[in-house]
Amino acid sequence: MDCVVTGGNVKVLAKAIHSLSRIGDELYVEPQEDGLALRSVNSSRSAYACFLFAPLFFSRYHIPSGHAFHCKMAIKSVQAVFRSLASLEKTVEKCHIKLDEQKNRLTFTLHCKHGLLKTHNLSFQDSESLQAVFDKDSCANIFIAQPRLLVDTVMHFPPSLEEVTVSVSDERMWVRNHIDEEGEQSKAMLTELCLASDEFDHFAVQSHNSVTFCLKELRGLLVFAESTGLPISMYFDEPGSPVVLSVTDSVLDGSFVLATLSDDPSLHKNNSTRARTPPPPPPDDFMNDDIDSYLIAMDTSIAPNPSATGPPTPPLANSTCSKQPVAANHRTRLHSEEEEEEEEDEASDSDRPPNKKFCSLFFGSVLPPTSQMSTQPMTGQEVLASDSEDDT
Amino acid sequence: MKFRGKIIDIACLNHFTRVITTISKLTKMCVLRLTPDNLFFVLSGKVANGGVSMWCELSQANFFDEYQMEGVSSEDNEICLEVTPENLSRALKTVQSAKSVKVKLTKKHCPCLTIAAELPTLSSVSRVVTHDVPVDVIPRRLWHEFKEPSMPDFDVSIYLPPLKIMKNVVDRMKNLSNFLVIEANLNGEMNLKIETDLVSVTTHFKDLGNPPWGDDASQGGGPSQSRDPEAMAEAKVDIRKLQQFLMGQQVNPSKAMCNIVHQRVVHLILLHEDVSLQYFIPAVA
Repeated sequence: MDCVVTGGNVKVLAKAIHSLSRIGDELYVEPQEDGLALRSVNSSRSAYACFLFAPLFFSRYHIPSGHAFHCKMAIKSVQAVFRSLASLEKTVEKCHIKLDEQKNRLTFTLHCKHGLLKTHNLSFQDSESLQAVFDKDSCANIFIAQPRLLVDTVMHFPPSLEEVTVSVSDERMWVRNHIDEEGEQSKAMLTELCLASDEFDHFAVQSHNSVTFCLKELRGLLVFAESTGLPISMYFDEPGSPVVLSVTDSVLDGSFVLATLSDDPSLHKNNSTRARTPPPPPPDDFMNDDIDSYLIAMDTSIAPNPSATGPPTPPLANSTCSKQPVAANHRTRLHSEEEEEEEEDEASDSDRPPNKKFCSLFFGSVLPPTSQMSTQPMTGQEVLASDSEDDT
Repeated sequence: MKFRGKIIDIACLNHFTRVITTISKLTKMCVLRLTPDNLFFVLSGKVANGGVSMWCELSQANFFDEYQMEGVSSEDNEICLEVTPENLSRALKTVQSAKSVKVKLTKKHCPCLTIAAELPTLSSVSRVVTHDVPVDVIPRRLWHEFKEPSMPDFDVSIYLPPLKIMKNVVDRMKNLSNFLVIEANLNGEMNLKIETDLVSVTTHFKDLGNPPWGDDASQGGGPSQSRDPEAMAEAKVDIRKLQQFLMGQQVNPSKAMCNIVHQRVVHLILLHEDVSLQYFIPAVA
């Protein structure tokens, strides 16, 4: 492998590696005919990201003919090559990536101003090809947004927040923080944001679903999308099947595939009916809300009972509680989509372990049964991820 | 109980956010008392807070364009809530560009202060973000714990030097000792001292001036008249408490004062046109 990246593309490459570092600890490098693929997957295999840089992205792109080469390396050491993004932009004129087969080193050479050369020789491990199986084009809900919109949305959530829930209707998208256990709910701050469809470049909803996924990886992609100014496409289907976020331009293609929490099993079974249920109403009609609906019926007078929360009066309870039906019913069951588990799920819901979250739903270890994974392309793509524990 | 307020003016929103952020730096939890005219943030001097107490008073009319509230009853027209100021501050910080912000008491999964903001967008429809901050409603029988603290019968009252300077001094002293002695006299002099086995450091401030408290103040015509203007009143305090107070300052006060009850308590007062913040740090032996 012998590639040269010049000018502003060095920064793009660096940003991509920084984004990938939000996903996992290892970078999978695969020079392919159609470009250089950089991939990463997290340890629980619930998040996967891939950047494919087309040959045109490079000013020189040679790959070994004959045998396919792929390797993985610690992403931290690659990040170190591109550590300072600011100085990178100012000083680096080109970056030369070369495989030294004698020494088994991947060499990154940065050609800086004034003839300065910085060479990093990185060791790597052989690995199998890493490839997630997903098909974004069959997703029912497709959105395209400028990165700014998503950056402004994510900003409202605290950095410590792990998961967000995205719900959609024909006209709107709601984003709210996902609170795991009910016990925590009383103390945690709930944030909800409503976006109108015309804030998106493209807004196509076929099924009114809610999906819950990790925010960290989305933030990682946003770093990349914001710096390159590329619009983000988002694809999702139903709870439990992955959400795909992608950025594309003529010379590069980035895809982030994130597992989503699967829905409550009782709802899951009635999937068809649920899809037709109306989405949550807007939480608060801003223009004309009535102060009475915010009344708290709570006895705080000199009642001897120390617990301040008395029963709410019925009419008010109705009006206020109905504000967030989805949040209330959104008891997301944690769930694995390994096939055996899935079949067991059909058989007996109550027996499954309750605490599995975000298991690797797009890295089956066998070919997916057609019934279950019918959305996935069955042709030739079943190059499945190796188990990282075995490799190390 | 009902409460709803609306802020439209961006300067008011900004100011309100700064006040709440200041409070969030001082305490994790505090009590918010709502009355028809005022909002009070109160921390009562319990042992659990290290004996520190706080009283912050805002006039609602200076912040809210609309303000409606209905207390527990017509005699007790107040609402008393335990809040986490950090949450309120975080919610408000993200909506600084809002066209309008509403703060309301709501009943969701639990009682909440809901901050609903209408954010400007390029499209025709505004973006709406709501933050539900859980609160605890405090029953009326506990209200007596959250009354305005009375002005202590202080020995010396003095204006503070610029808080930034004071902060720099205290930050450095913090590295040397856990306790700091504040002393001041009626001659406009204040000293910040630390004393350890190895080192003694004193920073002297001069010509600070002593506030003229009226007859109603406890100082009145009482001890101060007879007090030697050179005599120092002193109190030894936990340096972290003082640092916390100086660190959190986001509001640039028009007046900052300190009252010292000799070896008992330090009473710090910040006055801004529409906000007053009092902070009590107990002296340690």
